[in-house]
Amino acid sequence: MSEPARQLLMDQRAVERALARMAREIVERNEGTQNLVLLGIQRRGIPLAERIAMEIERAEGERPPVGSLDITLYRDDLMAIGPRPIVGETRLPPGGIDGRVVVIVDDVAYTGRTARAALDELTDFGRPARIYFCVLVDRGGRELPIQPDIVGRTVEAQSGQRVEVLVPELDGRLAVELRLADEGAA
Amino acid sequence: MSEVAPYLGKDLVGLQQLSAEQIRAILDTAEPFKEISERPIKKVPVLRGKTIVNLFFEASTRTRISFEFAEKRLSADTVNITASASSVVKGETLVDTARNLEAMRIDMVVIRHSASGAAQFLADRIRSNVVNAGDGRHEHPTQALLDMLTIRDHLGRIEGVKVCIVGDILHSRVARSNLWGLTKLGAEVAVCGPRTLLPADIEETGVHVFSRIEEAIEWAEVLNVLRLQLERMQAGYVPSLREYNRVFGVTRERLERAPRDLLILHPGPMNRGVEIDSDVADGPHSVILDQVTNGVAVRMAVLYLLAGGAPERVEAAKQAPSGE
Amino acid sequence: MNERPILIQGGRVIDPSRNLDDTLDVLLADGKVAAVGRGLGAPDGAVRIGAQGLVVCPGLIDLHVHLREPGGEHKETIQTGAHAAVAGGFTAVCAMPNTDPPVDDPAAVGFVVAEGIRAGYARVYPVGAISVGQKGERLTEIGEMVDAGAVAITDDGYPVSDAGLMRLALEYAQTFGIPVASHCEERSLSKGGSMNEGAISTRLGLQGIPNAAEDIMIARDLILAELTNGRLHIQHVSTRRGVAMIREAKARGVRVTAEATPHHFTLTDEAVDGYRTEAKVNPPLRSAEDRAAVIEGVADGTLDVIATDHAPHHYDEKEQAFDDAPFGLVGLETALGLAITELVRPGVISLPTLIERMSCAPARAFQLPGGTLAPGSPADVTIFDPDEEWVVDPTTFVSKSRNTPFAGRRLYGRAVVTVVGGRIVWERRQLRQ
Repeated sequence: MSEPARQLLMDQRAVERALARMAREIVERNEGTQNLVLLGIQRRGIPLAERIAMEIERAEGERPPVGSLDITLYRDDLMAIGPRPIVGETRLPPGGIDGRVVVIVDDVAYTGRTARAALDELTDFGRPARIYFCVLVDRGGRELPIQPDIVGRTVEAQSGQRVEVLVPELDGRLAVELRLADEGAA
Repeated sequence: MSEVAPYLGKDLVGLQQLSAEQIRAILDTAEPFKEISERPIKKVPVLRGKTIVNLFFEASTRTRISFEFAEKRLSADTVNITASASSVVKGETLVDTARNLEAMRIDMVVIRHSASGAAQFLADRIRSNVVNAGDGRHEHPTQALLDMLTIRDHLGRIEGVKVCIVGDILHSRVARSNLWGLTKLGAEVAVCGPRTLLPADIEETGVHVFSRIEEAIEWAEVLNVLRLQLERMQAGYVPSLREYNRVFGVTRERLERAPRDLLILHPGPMNRGVEIDSDVADGPHSVILDQVTNGVAVRMAVLYLLAGGAPERVEAAKQAPSGE
Repeated sequence: MNERPILIQGGRVIDPSRNLDDTLDVLLADGKVAAVGRGLGAPDGAVRIGAQGLVVCPGLIDLHVHLREPGGEHKETIQTGAHAAVAGGFTAVCAMPNTDPPVDDPAAVGFVVAEGIRAGYARVYPVGAISVGQKGERLTEIGEMVDAGAVAITDDGYPVSDAGLMRLALEYAQTFGIPVASHCEERSLSKGGSMNEGAISTRLGLQGIPNAAEDIMIARDLILAELTNGRLHIQHVSTRRGVAMIREAKARGVRVTAEATPHHFTLTDEAVDGYRTEAKVNPPLRSAEDRAAVIEGVADGTLDVIATDHAPHHYDEKEQAFDDAPFGLVGLETALGLAITELVRPGVISLPTLIERMSCAPARAFQLPGGTLAPGSPADVTIFDPDEEWVVDPTTFVSKSRNTPFAGRRLYGRAVVTVVGGRIVWERRQLRQ
């Protein structure tokens, strides 16, 4: 093999530092933790949201509620005929999202379609006062006019490559890697 | 990269044709769909733009409503055709009905029919997905799926669970679908009822047969109590409803003598005082209303999974001339 | 009508009625068999048929067909049915009376006879009804029907449930020397059923017809035949116990003959799986054990006769939910191939025995002319190729109907030339020289 199949973009320490900074940025923008709700997008957005909530608690002494959002049923490619993706759990924190400040947390920002689906889904749950879009990695390549508000690291990735966020809960470690897209999924 | 559910085929005609993996996929998919019915806006756009026809040649309010809720909560456009209003009474054949539906470019058909095999018949003749909502005595797959989901909710598993289906097995599509589904997922299945209402060679399917309800109650963890149709008495399968209740009725006294608490299911509508006593139906071990709630979730899951369509069907659709 | 003589040369002539199986010539003249022998000379103007490699036998006779006319002409007519018969190698067929109206009086019998002659293919022998309107209440004018041309009586399709009436029929029919053919079915056991009762009916959720429905009636009719000394012909036997009871009755000297159909010796109830209405037939396709018993019955002669129960239905009548579709399948054009493929090639019976079951025994059972190549007998001859390999394609059927469960099946053996009354009425291959 002439070039490596995977390349480490962020190691555990780098990810932890980025998450801590993102937590601070959320609190700064919101001017505190009041009214804050973090919603992790299935599946890797959820452990990242949990970690950010932990960082906020460490800094502010208060842990914002964390929920999960599965956007499968709002995907814009479901009309296409093909195998059905597995639907994950959607669980909003008690009190819902009406009038609250919602931070959508995902692992990677790419085409913008996931964020679009998440926004549509949230609209069906209520009317938040403000929605922030927060990702660990922005790899570019947007297909919709949607930009993340809070970004851990910006990466220039080619369309043939995949940015993969690894979390201990699902992958056994915390890191970000760049892979060739056709290499088998994790 | 999201993981994908196993492919169910173009249609859901029965559980007999499905693998354990496919049945589990439907039950697993039903889990997140339960939550949608709890949302302020009970609707997701997953079947937006899809047209579903509920073709009911046999009256069934609860199954039709359950399917209709499932379809609407998935944002499908639905049309209900019921026997009294349909052309069946005017002598139109099932095959003509099928061709007409096809010509209207519908995406899915949910069919309920009094003839065994009617769902398969339709499925073989149209490109749309077909969901069997009960065909004669053959199968009623979504009912069995919701029964299994309810058992799994309450007992945490299906494998190894002892389920006894009580009553008119001979004429029951619910019994057949439950039998195939439960057996595939590793449950132990028994039937209990008068010998006149058990099918020929029922033992060949590998189930236990109990003649007396007391023995069934002693053995089982779950009782799925079937409705005794009044016609069965008129046709002489049982001498009287009174005797049926005396011999096979699921009563509180009988349940109190059981070595453990039993889960009581009933596909409805109930004949209180015949196959089941009111204090059992309304008692603490009855999960009959959970079945109804789960029915919508299971049907949403089935519709969602089938809507993906078959890869080979996509190819066929591409090659077929659009005008027919 | 003076037909030219026909000389069939060099075929394997099999005539079980005279214990003949040899390479011989057969000369037909004036509508009769003129001679069978070696090196026969052709008379002036004779048509010569080269039959090398083919079997030449007395014309096949089917004791059980439904030609649907009058009343069901969209399914079949006497003309199309008799044509399909010769295409399948049959030179004579016996038409069942369950038409609309039923053949239950001399006028109706005369109509079937006349239409059969007019068609000019296989000979068509009417079978009259046992009871008026096939209602099972009182006897038809059997004597007059016999005089008009009826060769037997039956209430096929509507079995006689009244044992007293069946007794009278068996007695009264003796006066005229005809057999009573019985479709054995106890209706109170078969009611609502659409296939064999067993594991498959349970799985498909279809009401089953138990073997007992047939066995009980076979037992009853055998006992009545013994009581009356009447001549009983049991139609389409499908059960193992039925075969055993007939075997035992024959040993006791009861005057009984019986039929096996190609579908009952070829298929089991598994053919119904997938709700295939083409395989919906009454009596139903049974278990593997029953099928084996039917085959054994054909082999040992308990079942004397192979008959098709040719039951044509229009395609949209079969294109329905299983319960709503009618019973029956067409058999005239596949019977010979199925019998050779399922019975002769696996070594269950020999070719001469096959011809005995499909020609000689049927002729004896209903006392019909034919079933032999003895000089002076009717010039009804079937020439078939026992090795021809072909695939059943219902679209090529001569019959008006296509309802067969055998579509796509590879068969061996097929009629090549059929001669009725000295006239060539079917020629699949040009053999004239």
